[in-house]
Amino acid sequence: MSNSLDAYLILSALLFSIGTFGFLARRNAISMLMSIELMLNAVNLAIVAFAAFGAFGATQEGVSRGSVIALMVISVAAAEATVGLAIIIAIYRNRRTPLVDEYDAMRQ
Amino acid sequence: MDILIPFIAILPFLGFAFTALVGRRLGKQAHWIPVLAVFGAWVIAMLASYLVLSGQAPLAEGSEDLHAYVVPIYEWIPAGAFTIEVGFFVDPLTACLLIVVTTIGLLVHIYSIGYMGHDPGYWRFFAYLNLFMFSMLLLVLADNWLVVFVAWELVGLCSYLLIGFWFKRPSAALASKKAFLVNRVGDVGFALGIMAIFASTLALGRPTLNIRLSIELLTTEGAVLLVPLTIIALLVFAGAMGKSAQFPLHVWLPDAMEGPTPVSALIHAATMVNAGVYLVARANQLFAHSLEAMSIVAGIGIFTAILAASIAFTQTDIKRVLAYSTLSQLGYMFAALGVGAFTAAIFHLMAHGFFKGLLFLGSGSVIHAVHDEQDMRNMGGLRQKIRITYVTMLIGSIAIAGIPPLAGFFSKDEILAEAFKLGFQWIWLIGLVVAIMTAFYMFRLVGLTFWGDFRGPNELWDKIHESPRIMTIPLILLAIPSIFLGLLLGLPFGDSRIHHWLAPVFDEGVHTIEELRHVEPPPFVFFGLDGFLIVVSVAAALAGIIAAWRLFGAELPGIRISPRPERVRQLSARLPFLYRASLNKWWFDDLNHLLFIVIGGRVAAFLWWFDRVVVDGTVNGIGALTVGAGRELRQVQTGRVQNYALGIAFGLIVMAGSYLILAGR
Repeated sequence: MSNSLDAYLILSALLFSIGTFGFLARRNAISMLMSIELMLNAVNLAIVAFAAFGAFGATQEGVSRGSVIALMVISVAAAEATVGLAIIIAIYRNRRTPLVDEYDAMRQ
Repeated sequence: MDILIPFIAILPFLGFAFTALVGRRLGKQAHWIPVLAVFGAWVIAMLASYLVLSGQAPLAEGSEDLHAYVVPIYEWIPAGAFTIEVGFFVDPLTACLLIVVTTIGLLVHIYSIGYMGHDPGYWRFFAYLNLFMFSMLLLVLADNWLVVFVAWELVGLCSYLLIGFWFKRPSAALASKKAFLVNRVGDVGFALGIMAIFASTLALGRPTLNIRLSIELLTTEGAVLLVPLTIIALLVFAGAMGKSAQFPLHVWLPDAMEGPTPVSALIHAATMVNAGVYLVARANQLFAHSLEAMSIVAGIGIFTAILAASIAFTQTDIKRVLAYSTLSQLGYMFAALGVGAFTAAIFHLMAHGFFKGLLFLGSGSVIHAVHDEQDMRNMGGLRQKIRITYVTMLIGSIAIAGIPPLAGFFSKDEILAEAFKLGFQWIWLIGLVVAIMTAFYMFRLVGLTFWGDFRGPNELWDKIHESPRIMTIPLILLAIPSIFLGLLLGLPFGDSRIHHWLAPVFDEGVHTIEELRHVEPPPFVFFGLDGFLIVVSVAAALAGIIAAWRLFGAELPGIRISPRPERVRQLSARLPFLYRASLNKWWFDDLNHLLFIVIGGRVAAFLWWFDRVVVDGTVNGIGALTVGAGRELRQVQTGRVQNYALGIAFGLIVMAGSYLILAGR
């Protein structure tokens, strides 16, 4: 079991579901950002697992390709987290709260 | 002369513009400019008419005997190959109309100085009168259908303004509206007729609205017409019916008597109501080519004549008797046009213009004398108090009754004789009955007004006085043509002067009719058929007069008959239906009320309901649906990030799920 692709994919799906749940259920903007990181890393795990089991080619090069995509996702996630945090800080300064359900200026 | 002719119309217009702009400040002097303007127009019109009628005017293009002035004014609508050129055209027919319009117009202007002297709207009255003169002269001078139509509407507007001159009186305001609306009915026909003429000439490849040219084109042998000639003629005639108040559009004219009496004399007796007769005479060739249209014109004319004459029997308002008499005489003119006696119609138009103008101005003088009383039942014996009015009105009455040698005899006899000789014996017979009736109701009017004893309050009797000279002089001046016009134009019989004048205008039309009908009227024989017809029509007039004398009295030199009101009552009791029909104007007003106000009102109410509920309901329903949908659906937009994210998640699940299900198959 520990050496099959299914195990990695199930773990990845679990992590993604936890992330999704967190994004939908948490009111705090920081927690939501953290949930997004969780979802991204679940995807990373899936990519790396696919690569290790030869989905991009059964050679060393195929494994490296998967790692490169994973690194790419990590850097994009870092950039996204930076921008997201900056937005949250800006909104926080304005509304004095990190809770997203109180950001309702667009409702009217 | 070419330079002067436009001024016939321009002078009254300048008078109108000046009086309308500064008349208020002129107060009681406001009449000077309008009267002088019309006098100027009269002088030029007389000169032009003289030159045209005596044959000194140049020959018209393409004609050997038609002397006419053609004065182009300007290009109104230049549109490529098609242009509307405004121009004036003075041929013998226009000249005859010019004589009537300007002469009576001038005398009515002078008369109004006295009649309207105490009216606060003095300047306004003269401004309107001048506007009317301009419009009417434009109507008879114009050589283009479209300009005629514009003038046609302008005289209608003036008629509306002048009937409602005393607009504070509800009855006058209503009467003016009625006249305007009834005229619109006819005008729709006229407008359609003009469009049909234009479309037909366009289809023939030479679009034009010039009256002479278009008629010539449409009546060319073998021309294939877009609209049948009969339809065109009848549409034009519909306009004539409205303006000349022919059945069934006759209802407006009696009510038009709500206007000041000079207006009744000028517009509603002598000039504007003749416009229809003029129009049909002007388009005589158009009508001549369609015997059906001619028969309809004749039938409607003679029917109006007898209908109106029967109503005039029982009316008690002096002006209304004259109004119905006008209707009846106009009916005569249309009957003459319909049988093809165009010259007789124009002859009667001229004669009628003068003596009916005289009668109306005389009735105004009577009303003035008895202090705004119009009911003849409260008059009587006025002969002793207002001599000049009495004598002139008596002349007018004899003239309209058709006693030789006054004007009405010649013109009316010519209509009857021509109708008989052209094969319309039934029109001759009805016309003869109408002649008896005309003589009767006119002498009923004279008897009730001037003879017998005064029936009004005694204190009024002492206050009755003759009108000022400014009013009696026009009466005398109108009495002169009422006596002599017939002698001047109607002699010698069978080859009269007016026939010489108008022959170039009407000859072609008359020939066409004779060809189409295969009749040739016998030549004039004095000691034969024609003499017999003259004797019969004079006898008819005398019979009517004597019948009136026996009932309503007479006080002429050598004839003294006292009125017998009890006999009048007896007679009217013996014929209850006819009496009530006449008194109620054959219920035409009630019929119109039923048709257009009661039934028409119901239809309008239904349409209004339909519009409100169905049409507006649909439009408003769509609006309301959109607004409601927007109001309800906006709940979806919560503004919360997580709700949107939930939507995305669900969407993802649905898409992924359906992919898996489909791919798993």
